[in-house]
Amino acid sequence: MRSWEGTASMLAVEVSHVVKSFADKVAVNDLSFSVAPGEIFGLIGPNGAGKTTTIRVMMDIIKPDSGEVTIFGEKLGEATKDKLGYLPEERGLYKKLSVLDSITYLASLKGMDRHSVTERADELLSQTDMLASRKNKIEELSRGMGQIIQFIVTIIHDPQLVILDEPFAGLDPVNTELLKGMLGDLRKQGKAVILSTHQMNQVEELCDRILMVNNGRAVLYGDLSEIRSRYQDNSVLLDFQGELGEVPGVAEKRQHRGYVELVLDGKTTPQQVLAHLVGHGVVINRFEMATPSLNEIFLKEVGKNR
Amino acid sequence: MVKIANKANKTLLIFKHQFLHTIKRVGFIIMTLIVPVVALLGIGIFYLVSEIARPSVAEEVKIGYVDSSGIFGQYTSQGNITLLRFDTPDDATEALVREDIKEYFVISPDYTSTGQINRYTLEKQLEVPPATAAAIKNFLTSNILTGKVPQATIYVIEAPLNLITTRLTETGTVATEQGGWGNLIVPGLFSFLLAFSIIFSANYMLSGLVDEKENRLIEVLLSSVSTRQLLTGKVLGLGAAGLIQVAIWLVSLPLLLNLASSTIGGFFSAIQLPGNFIVLGLVYFILGYLFFVVVSSGIGAISTSTQEGQQLVTILTLPVFIPFWFGSFLFIFPNNPIWVVLSIFPITAPVEVMLRLGVSDVPVWQIAVSMIVLVLSILGGLFLAIRVFRTYLLMYGKKPSMREIVQSLRSG
Repeated sequence: MRSWEGTASMLAVEVSHVVKSFADKVAVNDLSFSVAPGEIFGLIGPNGAGKTTTIRVMMDIIKPDSGEVTIFGEKLGEATKDKLGYLPEERGLYKKLSVLDSITYLASLKGMDRHSVTERADELLSQTDMLASRKNKIEELSRGMGQIIQFIVTIIHDPQLVILDEPFAGLDPVNTELLKGMLGDLRKQGKAVILSTHQMNQVEELCDRILMVNNGRAVLYGDLSEIRSRYQDNSVLLDFQGELGEVPGVAEKRQHRGYVELVLDGKTTPQQVLAHLVGHGVVINRFEMATPSLNEIFLKEVGKNR
Repeated sequence: MVKIANKANKTLLIFKHQFLHTIKRVGFIIMTLIVPVVALLGIGIFYLVSEIARPSVAEEVKIGYVDSSGIFGQYTSQGNITLLRFDTPDDATEALVREDIKEYFVISPDYTSTGQINRYTLEKQLEVPPATAAAIKNFLTSNILTGKVPQATIYVIEAPLNLITTRLTETGTVATEQGGWGNLIVPGLFSFLLAFSIIFSANYMLSGLVDEKENRLIEVLLSSVSTRQLLTGKVLGLGAAGLIQVAIWLVSLPLLLNLASSTIGGFFSAIQLPGNFIVLGLVYFILGYLFFVVVSSGIGAISTSTQEGQQLVTILTLPVFIPFWFGSFLFIFPNNPIWVVLSIFPITAPVEVMLRLGVSDVPVWQIAVSMIVLVLSILGGLFLAIRVFRTYLLMYGKKPSMREIVQSLRSG
């Protein structure tokens, strides 16, 4: 039944022109994007931007007003549901059920048989150092532990597409690192991972490509490093010893704590500036292209639309 | 083919989960066992009390009388009551104070024209004990009639009516079901249990759904199965649990009745089950159960909290008790057309039909129509619940207006 061998080259998700409005507002407005296997895709935006609605449309939990979603080249149906794992934003499990029973029930709904569930659950529980809690009731677990169990439930059936809505919210640093490591493993295994979050530092660290949404619309979409270079200001950051003097091609010098920002005039390249500095015997501790953080880009783009 | 098998399989998994969860619940176990246990306890206590309270030999009671006319001298022994003649009221009062006699009465001289009897007793009573009144009456009647009519006639006058009703079938043979109060006990009790069971399960369905909604587990479930599979599995799981419950009741009821009639006897031996009661009880229980579980799943979809949902469920389950409110009218006017309406209206049908089975006959066509209406309501309700569910399940913290609900039913 699990015949997605031939899907490796196929796009994991293709969303085209999806519109979804609720009674009082348009939650998703003409959104299009695609996610390929083997990448971690960041779905980012402020709270209420339409991220969760987009995910629910993708999961066929709610129907879009218009537009189309394909998962591995087909509309989401019973069989495709087994290929994906979903971790919703605010999450819970049956409080009275044991860890193993919870995992077994939810995994069985993904088409796993009991035997392989138990085997795989033990593997994942020992990987996350939670094997001792397998018989405990969910209500006896700490919040972070509960979240790890949720994550295990999300990936236990070896899904080809994993969708995580704010997976790091409420996790302590140790569990955050644990989760990051497991996400890296998923990418290595060629899975498509969609990470929806407003925590930009996690996105910068993990994602290959991103879609930034605001008010239901796409603001930025594409390769993360490409986007960052696109937003690169024409300036360099310099930390030095000695006398700087006049540098040709620098339109403006901005003094920051511990470094100075040189804004170039547009005709000069950073290489030329570096050559000039080295030629004039300036001791350089740090010379770096001023790349804006995703957070800055985010604020800039979101601010534009306000 | 594989796909279909897979679909059915997931519904089955949800069914199994729901079923096992329901029957392991303390409330369900108590509700299921309470019937046989309480009945057993009741029989036991009744048995014990009656053993203790039963008088070993019927007590002999002496009643005095003062008769100045002289015609009341015979028939002084009436069952366990013995009548003693006194010459004057003073003698009788003395005997009464000494407690030689329990009470006395004075037959006035003009008794034959006025019928007046003055009764004196030490006891504070609500009314004359029926046994005493009957003894005095028979004593007077016998003495007045003696010598004037044959002895046999006296007996007939004392007890002129020994009414024995036999119900015949349309073919003229004696009907197996003879009616009477004994016939009502089991259906009445059963319909009461049915009503409670319906309310419990409707609330259970609701709180389960709202829980899953609140902790967003519903999204995880819906990322694995469809709304239809989820709701169908849940409804059938609860239905199966209900089936177990009613089966335990229906199997234990006749056994307990047998036990009751053999130990207590009397009234309990008169209890009988209306024909087809077991089958009809089972069918109506399951239909009623499923109907309300489906209704509460729709309510669960639009409710934002358990509290709010329970209020809505309560409003909808309250009419389940309508047949009880009008029960006494049903006993007096069993053929009023209003009962037919209540038997067909799906909310009241299960309880109403059960009650009517105990009171009179319910025509086959009415049972058929009522069952068809219930089945259609369940299927239609499930269909609607799925649509409402899809639209409103995930609108957390925001209850849709009536207009929005109707719209969603149209566009789904």
